[in-house]
Amino acid sequence: MTVTTSQPVTPQNKRNIFQQLELDVRLLGMIGAFIILCIGFNLVTDGRFLTPRNIFNLTIQTVSVAIMASGMVFVIVTRHIDLSVGALLATCSAVMAMTQTEFVPHVLGLGLNHPITWIVAVGVGLVTGTLIGAFHGWMIGYLTIPAFIVTLGGFLVWRNVAWYLTDGQTIGPLDSTFMMFGGTNGTLGTSLSWSLGLVATVAALLVLWNARRAKLAHDFPVKPLWAEVIMGLVVSGAILGFVAVLNAYDIPTRRLQRMFEAKGDVMPEGLTMGYGLPISVLILIAVAIVMTVVARRTRLGRYIFATGGNPDAAELSGINTRLLTVKVFSIMGFLCALSAVVASARLANHSNDIGTLDELRVIAAAVIGGTALSGGFGTIYGAILGALIMQSLQSGMAMVGVDAPFQNIVVGAVLVAAVFIDIVYRKRVGAK
Amino acid sequence: MTTPKELRAQGATPMVAMDDISVSFGGIKAVDQVSVDLHPGEVVGLLGHNGAGKSTLIKVLSGAYQMDSGEIRINGDKVEITNPRDARSHNIETIYQTLALADNLDAASNLFLGREIVTSTGLVNDAAMEAECRKIMGRLNPNFRKFNEPVSALSGGQRQSVAIARAVYFNARILIMDEPTAALGPHETQMVAELIQQLKAQGIGIFLIDHDVHAVMELCDRASVMKNGQLVGTVDIEDVTDDDLLSMIILGKKPGEAAA
Ligand SMILES: Nc1ncnc2c1ncn2[C@@H]1O[C@H](COP(=O)(O)OP(=O)(O)OP(=O)(O)O)[C@@H](O)[C@H]1O
Ligand SMILES: [Mg+2]
Repeated sequence: MTVTTSQPVTPQNKRNIFQQLELDVRLLGMIGAFIILCIGFNLVTDGRFLTPRNIFNLTIQTVSVAIMASGMVFVIVTRHIDLSVGALLATCSAVMAMTQTEFVPHVLGLGLNHPITWIVAVGVGLVTGTLIGAFHGWMIGYLTIPAFIVTLGGFLVWRNVAWYLTDGQTIGPLDSTFMMFGGTNGTLGTSLSWSLGLVATVAALLVLWNARRAKLAHDFPVKPLWAEVIMGLVVSGAILGFVAVLNAYDIPTRRLQRMFEAKGDVMPEGLTMGYGLPISVLILIAVAIVMTVVARRTRLGRYIFATGGNPDAAELSGINTRLLTVKVFSIMGFLCALSAVVASARLANHSNDIGTLDELRVIAAAVIGGTALSGGFGTIYGAILGALIMQSLQSGMAMVGVDAPFQNIVVGAVLVAAVFIDIVYRKRVGAK
Repeated sequence: MTTPKELRAQGATPMVAMDDISVSFGGIKAVDQVSVDLHPGEVVGLLGHNGAGKSTLIKVLSGAYQMDSGEIRINGDKVEITNPRDARSHNIETIYQTLALADNLDAASNLFLGREIVTSTGLVNDAAMEAECRKIMGRLNPNFRKFNEPVSALSGGQRQSVAIARAVYFNARILIMDEPTAALGPHETQMVAELIQQLKAQGIGIFLIDHDVHAVMELCDRASVMKNGQLVGTVDIEDVTDDDLLSMIILGKKPGEAAA
């Protein structure tokens, strides 16, 4: 069909500075709340909260829940829920622990700490997680059993499969290479971290620039150049600042000595070395980028959001919503396994209670991050920020010396309050 | 060009033939042995009281519902339409009565849902889709401005324009319109009428469900009237009056048949 007339693109009258910057007000609110939280804890703890050391620890503690929360966004956006992520993490962790302490060393006869051990273990774990997730998705999509029930069952099943696989014992120590995924045992060091930070900055600026060019190419309205420059500066500052902080946390001298001894060297007197970026954080960043691209720029992501917005419309548009459910839960399962790598590597062993209560933390992170339980709305960065806020709250209270029961009471109350504020906000701006 | 009427007179194979279609929900026969057909460039009106089974009948053709018995032939060949993807592959496009839009997505995303324009790297090309969306909306509803908002923020009529745009954008051969003007103002309704004339001139066959007998008289070549799931009859618009159609809808009798 030939189409002749075209719609003129009218420049919109922007009202305030936020709109000029085209920033997500909700995101700003969350960042604001997070900054207030950090400064508050920092004041109460006489500056102990915002030390490089604590920020480093906070970051690596957040990774596992944040990885799963990004998958939970897809699950909740499609109007489902996954109550089994903590249990699934435990099963994947158990399978990987058995692979690296029993299967590779004894069944394959390669001994402990063989160079291929970690690859086999991670591979087996990821396949296990993905398959279990796909199985959940199949029951939900094709057998039409509600996700709540399937994953409630999964919660019991996988927690106890993990128990059965390991006889309830703590399995460790894990493979030495595998443990590099945990955080402190695997960091890039300062110079590599700086290089990576610079590359990331350049990449981020390129993304901003390309987005602007694509809009201009179609004569769509763009934000003023000064707003673009400010965005670029903020983004670069955030990336490089983050690297600077992680680099500023020096490896304790004792530990450094041991590292040199392990290599058969002697540590030069007075040497200091920063940790730099942990590998686990890089994994989280990679997950965040990939999941964001999937959500915004792929058909899969478009269908996930369309199905969440109106399942019937999605079906009538020719989207195979059943298969989509399988895909969404497979992604969730894959991410649970990835989290299991990070979590068990951080603990240096597989323990029977690994991932306990993670399902609640993960759902809370996604929801605090703005994922609507009614489906159709949610962002990956929101969920990750949600995980960071929850972890900061927990660590901050522990540091201040709040009793354990009160810590959980506060976290629970914050969850409910955050959702309430979100509801009020959405009503104000007229979004659903 | 041969008119649809001449085609029928020559006994040409219809582009769509639905034969003896039956659909039941539980015990209720929503559609009971109904047969309708459609020729290129023809507009066939489907009329009937609320709950007569019109939407159910066309949903069988669009792949939303499965028929219990009956046969669908396209250009003479028997086809299986078991889901909306099958229907689309036969170039059948549908404007549903319920519009079937994803409220959380913008107009362009809805327009291209299931058939996104992708870049060479396989990523969805939002800018290109928005540009195409602006073009087609410029023709269907020139006052439409809300391109960057979710369709939940649109009025009923604006939503309807999006649904219409989606059905006509992809070179449909067979178009199903289930009350396309239900939420439209008089000016927009007139534009849809003009659109139907244009599409008809391009040789597209249209099933039009509409409660407005007047509009049916004006736009359609033939009308099929349903009552309680059964076909009352199919008539040539040239041979009947408004009142004939009304009495078919209300009394369930073809004109000429003696009223009981
Ligand atoms: N999904 C369904 N489940 C059960 N019954 C249904 C379903 N869809 C339609 N029906 C029933 O089938 C019958 C025909 O409905 P249909 O929607 O086809 O009517 P219609 O002619 O389109 O009416 P309207 O003019 O009000 O749109 C009605 O009795 C309706 O209640
Ligand atoms: Mg209807």
